[in-house]
Amino acid sequence: MITYHKPASGAHVGANKSVSQIMGQVMLAITPATAFGLVCFGWPAIFLFLITVTSAVLFEAFCIRLKGRPVKPVIMDGSALLTGWLLAMTLPPWAPWWIGVTGSGLAIILGKQVYGGLGQNLFNPAMLARVALLISFPIEMTTWANVSPLFFAHSPSFAESWQITFSGLQNLDAYTGATTLGYIKTEFSQNHILPDILQDYSALQNFIGWTRGSLGETSTLLLGLGGVWLIRQKIIQWQIPVSLLATVVVLSTTFHLLDSDHYVSPFLHLNSGSMLCVAFFIATDYVTSPNTSAGQCVFGAGCGLLIFVIRTWGAYPEGAGFAVLLMNSATPLIDYYIKPRIYGRDRQGKPLEIPKP
Amino acid sequence: MLNGLSWLNPPRIRGGVHAEERKANTAAQPIVTDFPLPKKLYIPLQQHVGKPAEPLIRVGETVLKGQLLAYSQGMISAPVHAPSSGIILDVNDYPAPHPSALPIRMIVLETDGKDQWLELPEMGDPFQLSPENISLRVGAAGIVGLGGATFPTAVKLNMGRENHIDTLIINGAECEPYLSCDDRQMQERSEQIIDGVRLMLHGMETQHAVVAIEDNKTNAFYTMAAAARHFPAIKVIQIPTRYPMGWDRQLIRYVTGREVPVGCRSSEIGVTIHNVGTAYATHKAIRHGQPLVSRVITVSGGAVGKPMNVEVPLGTLIGELFAFCGVDAAQTARIVMGGPMMGDSLPHTGLPTVKATSGVLALTQAELKSTDEQPCIRCASCLTVCPAGLRPVDMANHIKANQLDAAVDIGLKDCISCGCCSYICPSNIPLVQYFKYASGEVAARQQAQHKSEQTKKLMAARQMRLERIAQQQLEEEQARIAAKKERERLQAEQETAAS
Repeated sequence: MITYHKPASGAHVGANKSVSQIMGQVMLAITPATAFGLVCFGWPAIFLFLITVTSAVLFEAFCIRLKGRPVKPVIMDGSALLTGWLLAMTLPPWAPWWIGVTGSGLAIILGKQVYGGLGQNLFNPAMLARVALLISFPIEMTTWANVSPLFFAHSPSFAESWQITFSGLQNLDAYTGATTLGYIKTEFSQNHILPDILQDYSALQNFIGWTRGSLGETSTLLLGLGGVWLIRQKIIQWQIPVSLLATVVVLSTTFHLLDSDHYVSPFLHLNSGSMLCVAFFIATDYVTSPNTSAGQCVFGAGCGLLIFVIRTWGAYPEGAGFAVLLMNSATPLIDYYIKPRIYGRDRQGKPLEIPKP
Repeated sequence: MLNGLSWLNPPRIRGGVHAEERKANTAAQPIVTDFPLPKKLYIPLQQHVGKPAEPLIRVGETVLKGQLLAYSQGMISAPVHAPSSGIILDVNDYPAPHPSALPIRMIVLETDGKDQWLELPEMGDPFQLSPENISLRVGAAGIVGLGGATFPTAVKLNMGRENHIDTLIINGAECEPYLSCDDRQMQERSEQIIDGVRLMLHGMETQHAVVAIEDNKTNAFYTMAAAARHFPAIKVIQIPTRYPMGWDRQLIRYVTGREVPVGCRSSEIGVTIHNVGTAYATHKAIRHGQPLVSRVITVSGGAVGKPMNVEVPLGTLIGELFAFCGVDAAQTARIVMGGPMMGDSLPHTGLPTVKATSGVLALTQAELKSTDEQPCIRCASCLTVCPAGLRPVDMANHIKANQLDAAVDIGLKDCISCGCCSYICPSNIPLVQYFKYASGEVAARQQAQHKSEQTKKLMAARQMRLERIAQQQLEEEQARIAAKKERERLQAEQETAAS
């Protein structure tokens, strides 16, 4: 008689959605926005992207080797690749190579592996790295390239691009400028008012992504499509993006209606900076966001509030990275206080009372 | 009135998964009823929740089909009847249909091939019988919950009557993938099932019954609705297809809007739930006097050549069932008794089918969930799918850290082992396995603690007894010495008087 294995409990069958498939679907969702960014910012962006992603994977492999575990299965789960990818999306497209490498090192080693690897980290690795870079290297992290697509006449050639990434370009000012949010911040400091500041602003260009900004964060359209697709694929839930964006819209609408000279409209908020990238792909990181739907709503709303506060009254033009990190640190607290109600029990965990007939 | 309207606006279903159904290959064909009678039947004395039955036959005795082999013991128990005619070969311990395959007490019956029924009593109009009488007959027929819970049905009927329940729910959800035995029975035996429901209503003195069928079984729904059309007390409804819709408490909340408090039976809030197969068995027992000696079993899975629903005598070995259905042993990676979500894996096929066996699956490696465990990514899918509102990820973390009390504090004992969390986990973490281990371990620790407390008590009692005895002896000794002294004194006095 054949005897079968050790006993196993149910479920004997399973949903066919593995960790690597989840990571793969997220990558698929950010591919259009990334590809658009790579085209818009040309060879330097492509170099930076490849360097960041490759070094993230290498750092991961290095850490796993240090732990003495088999490297291949861990790399194959795709999490390091995704972290590197998300980090690259949030970097200035013409940043030098060492920004990408340092960022990946910070993200993988300090952001993830020192906590114990996948699933153990408190902060979103990509945001941790981005914020650390921004504070440490403010010049490199706020030098925004003009849109200069591949194969356009005024765009840098392959050789020039190589120079931009690996040895730094001398007269960068000719190729760079401020982002919309940065420009607004500077103009406010000179007591200009919004209608004057935004004379040349094109909502459509910003919506498509034809504007200065981080490598993969410029296209509101493509990021939005990717995010909605990810919700439809049931990889992420709607709670965090919706609560985050709704909070920003409600706050900015209120202030904009009160004083439209000094408070940016909700459309501009949603249409600029890393708003959509953060709402759909960073704040929704499973590891660093709360577990329950209600907790996720609180988390998203908190992120939205902080983004609005930092953008409006803070020293930085964009506050998404800080907002996410701050709310990451609140995640254990949120999960402690917001728990699902157990069937047949009240919220305190006591059995329900038998209803009177 | 409000209860009647609550289905218009049913409360939402909590958690659950939409598992791939894989029912089509068995649900499309009629129940096979010409299963060749096995040479030997292995009939466990415990096929139900409660105390095992006590045998009243001797080895070597000839029995007829339907004859009582072992009688019910105590309040919660059920009798066992002969599934066919033949000779009793043995009453001894044989491997149980359980993952451990540890031996339990069974009656081995060698069939004579005649399959001859006991002379069945003439049954009158059951609606002239008293409700108590219905319960008695259901109990005597050995009927237990055939959905898999195997709680003695008569006890449930009595509880229903005592608690004046207002709604009887008939569970036709059959939410487990692969299984279609209830589906086929509803399609082929709807009149008998509806009759069984009416008898149950009579036995419980209840006015309303709701037959709830998942909306992936439209044929069963229409057939049952047609069979119930003359009985306004019985309403047949469709419910969403979502595992574990057939979990009694989920179904009760969906149908009535009421939530059963932890630690209560559903009858305490006015609802009782029975399976469709149980209703059919009730019909057979009350109308024809036939005890429960056979059941319909789904045999399915990738390694099964001819997947089917087949009615077999209880006690048929799974090996014979598999031979009949053309199971390819080389392809079989796991044998599961029950459905693939909650069923138990069995170590081999030399185990009997029992009243609880709704299905036996021979699954191939390709159908099984991967066992390649990866780190948890906190995706919270397990929280989202948990129908009981638990936090499987946190419970598993506590259990891994050996903090079993912490796991109990956050709801380990409220886990129903439905398997949704294990099913959905992208990291292939065997969550239910952790919970079952921890529950067993907690029970064992409590038992050990109980034992050590008992031992302490006994030790203390012994100490007191010894002290008491020592005290007694001391007192006796003192009394003896005193008496001796007294005697000597008297003697001395006498001697003095004499001299």
